Amino acid sequence: MTAAAIDALQDAVRAAASGGGRLRIRGSGSKDFYGGALEGDVLDTRALRGIVAYAPTELVVTARAGTQLAEIEDELARHGQMLAFEPPRHGPGATLGGVVACGFSGPRRAAAGAVRDFVLGVRIVDGTGEALAFGGQVIKNVAGFDVSRLMAGALGTLGVLTEISLKCVPLPRVERTRAIDCDAADAIRRCNEWGGRPLPISATCHVAGRLWVRLSGAGPAVSAAAVEIGGADADDAAPWRAIRDQTHPFFAPAVTGPVPLWRLSVRSTAPCDDLGCDTLVEWGGALRWLVPRAPVEASRLRAWAAAHGGHATLYRAQDKSPGVFQPLAPAMAGLHERLKRTFDPHGILNHGRLYPAF
Amino acid sequence: MLDPAFTSALAAIVPGEALLTSAEDTRPYECDGLTLYRELPAAVVLPDDEAQVVRILELCHAARVPVVARGAGTSLSGGALPIADGVVLSLAKFRRIVSIDPLSRTAVVEPGVRNLAVSEAAAACGLFYAPDPSSQIACSIGGNVAENAGGVHCLKYGLTVHNVRKVRGVLVTGEIVEFGSDALDAPGYDLLALVTGSEGLLAVITQVTVKLLPKPREARVVLAAFDDLEKAGAAVGAVIGAGIIPGGLEMMDQPATRAVEPFVHAGYPLDAAAVLLVEADGTPEEVESEIAEIRQVLTAGGATSLRVSADEAERLLLWSGRKAAFPAVGRISPDYYCIDGTIPRAALPRVLAQIEAWSRDYGLPCANVFHAGDGNLHPLILFDAEKPGDKERTIEFGDRILELCIEVGGTITGEHGVGIEKIRGMCAQFPPGALERFHGVKRAFDERALLNPGKGVPTLARCAEFGRMHVHAGALPHPDLPRF
Ligand SMILES: Cc1cc2nc3c(=O)[nH]c(=O)nc-3n(C[C@H](O)[C@H](O)[C@H](O)COP(=O)(O)OP(=O)(O)OC[C@H]3O[C@@H](n4cnc5c(N)ncnc54)[C@H](O)[C@@H]3O)c2cc1C
Repeated sequence: MTAAAIDALQDAVRAAASGGGRLRIRGSGSKDFYGGALEGDVLDTRALRGIVAYAPTELVVTARAGTQLAEIEDELARHGQMLAFEPPRHGPGATLGGVVACGFSGPRRAAAGAVRDFVLGVRIVDGTGEALAFGGQVIKNVAGFDVSRLMAGALGTLGVLTEISLKCVPLPRVERTRAIDCDAADAIRRCNEWGGRPLPISATCHVAGRLWVRLSGAGPAVSAAAVEIGGADADDAAPWRAIRDQTHPFFAPAVTGPVPLWRLSVRSTAPCDDLGCDTLVEWGGALRWLVPRAPVEASRLRAWAAAHGGHATLYRAQDKSPGVFQPLAPAMAGLHERLKRTFDPHGILNHGRLYPAF
Repeated sequence: MLDPAFTSALAAIVPGEALLTSAEDTRPYECDGLTLYRELPAAVVLPDDEAQVVRILELCHAARVPVVARGAGTSLSGGALPIADGVVLSLAKFRRIVSIDPLSRTAVVEPGVRNLAVSEAAAACGLFYAPDPSSQIACSIGGNVAENAGGVHCLKYGLTVHNVRKVRGVLVTGEIVEFGSDALDAPGYDLLALVTGSEGLLAVITQVTVKLLPKPREARVVLAAFDDLEKAGAAVGAVIGAGIIPGGLEMMDQPATRAVEPFVHAGYPLDAAAVLLVEADGTPEEVESEIAEIRQVLTAGGATSLRVSADEAERLLLWSGRKAAFPAVGRISPDYYCIDGTIPRAALPRVLAQIEAWSRDYGLPCANVFHAGDGNLHPLILFDAEKPGDKERTIEFGDRILELCIEVGGTITGEHGVGIEKIRGMCAQFPPGALERFHGVKRAFDERALLNPGKGVPTLARCAEFGRMHVHAGALPHPDLPRF
């Protein structure tokens, strides 16, 4: 069944390559809102389904790209494990391939690592229609260039992901959320200070005058840390899932309304300057979600993010004319275009989804 | 031989003593840590700063002269092996720790800074740089990034690729580029991941921003003895299966413990077929509960004795043998050859048993010291290069181990890189389509193939010459029979 699905996929890519067509790779469509233009005929990955291999003692799971995240995470949980990057789903049908292609990581990212940190191997069909495998199913592997990690966040522009191997980790024994009332500047200062101490902090979020801190680990360490960081227990109100999937009310004006949502990824110590936006701060200060109170210039946000070591993404918007992603320096843009040509010489896969030029 | 005009143009870029051209001066650069391969470069150049690197690369690019970047020269795969008509670009003078920011927990360092020096400098802030290759007193951060180096703490804290935020480098055209950022991600393709482990083929690294971690409050190590290698291998999986990710999980077999004990006097049980070193770190409470669990799992797995470090001095003593294993083996044998492959942990017992059997068949002793938690093997084959045939049989033995790694679903290199050494193995591990894409990646960065050419990725023509590996990989006709 899968072999047939991959054949069909290869045929579709080859047909597009020879006929000058374009393809838009899609799982459940939960992330259609993300990135630049959606060009070409839909190439549905959902026929590529199922967990291919999972041996808990290897800490590795391999699944086909169209498998639902929910299915994978449920299976891992049954064996006391998880995907440490806490993949955002943004919809019930979210597939593994989609989250890897988007390079999305959730609340645990600052503590545990990003999706790219856990990708061990991929199978793809590239823009020539050839089926290729990179990386593997082992944790340490430096044979050849790290093309697997390159696929994470490439938004499908370098190949159709068909199978992905990820490192998984044991579930924490205990998890507990604390809430502390403070302003954003204070929250960011605290988070950076805590970061320098060996505390089992697995997620932080500041929104609407309150700092939420999740502690994960062995029981005694979590209890000791709860005392050390202060605040009050707030497990019942813990916002982690709502932040991960942007169902939290903070995101509502952008998710259900016309307001744009900006994602600023910056140095964790970047200040809390007034940018005319409501702000939700994650990742110990390194991730700032901005919902403008009145229209703001994209260039202003981009300049601010760059000045603080990072970049700004127009994450959700009806009008994407300012460009979704921070523009690349000329040398970097050249590298991108040449890499694109290596994997997709005819420019058929997700054209324009990452940068308009390719 | 380099064109004299080229040499004088080089001489105009760097101060006189920073350009070496006589055989006498370039001799120290003829090989790296893999001494089986040697080549004298036409010139060695030691720039002081990035502006000089840019000019050197522009010059080499224009004149089409190959360039091999070099850090500390500890590579075990011949990655820094010079090219006869090429230039070695040494980053040895890039020794500055530019800044350490305790609040954002990052350090900006030049590529020639030694790995250990970063942790030493960060210690004052209670921080450390996690990847700790056994060569950490000597190897450079630039070399670590180029090889995606690992160490004993990588199971828990990740490899170099997980601990680097930003890499600044110079393309062969002289263009300056920055991969990654000071944030937790960067726009566009993840070129930071691509350049990490790229073995000097894509860019010359001139600055690295690394992530620092808070030092755990406490660490203790358990030394467990096993009377059987396979039991030790199975115990490794049992620890992980119990939901424990130890700070370190290393194995040494009996030939290894016997080689190191006279060297370090750690009190290793020499009658044991293998020992495991399992470290727990964290808060004192975490360490105590984790040590208790580890003891339980190892006992259930058949450990014949357990010793837990009582204090920091004892912990360091127990680790000292592991860290000194390579030099110690170097003392008991005229030569040794370090193999580096990774396998799924479940295959450990089978692969270790097979290596032991081959060691007997070939008549070449083999000591195993390795990152068991990651499934990253380092069989050290002991041989005598003076003995006719020994070297050839050693290489063949090594090749068979790597073929076996591929066969059981692993890889021909876990952390030492492909370099020149594993060019053949690459043909066995990757089909032509993947190799072609690797060449495409190379061309995207270095159209003229001037940065470390001949390393890392074999040409398809070379793979055709090496055809025999293909036949054997994954399909050994009689895997249990010796070949002679
Ligand atoms: C005793 C011993 C123990 C070891 N233990 C380990 C271990 O536990 N884990 C591990 O991973 N490795 C280990 N190694 C291998 C080696 O130390 C690592 O690969 C290390 O990262 C190499 O660093 P280096 O500075 O010596 O690089 P070099 O040997 O000088 O170069 C290695 C490669 O990196 C490239 N390179 C170096 N600097 C730059 C730069 N600035 N820009 C671009 N390319 C560059 C070179 O071209 C070459 O391809 C060990 C080696 C020895 C001798």
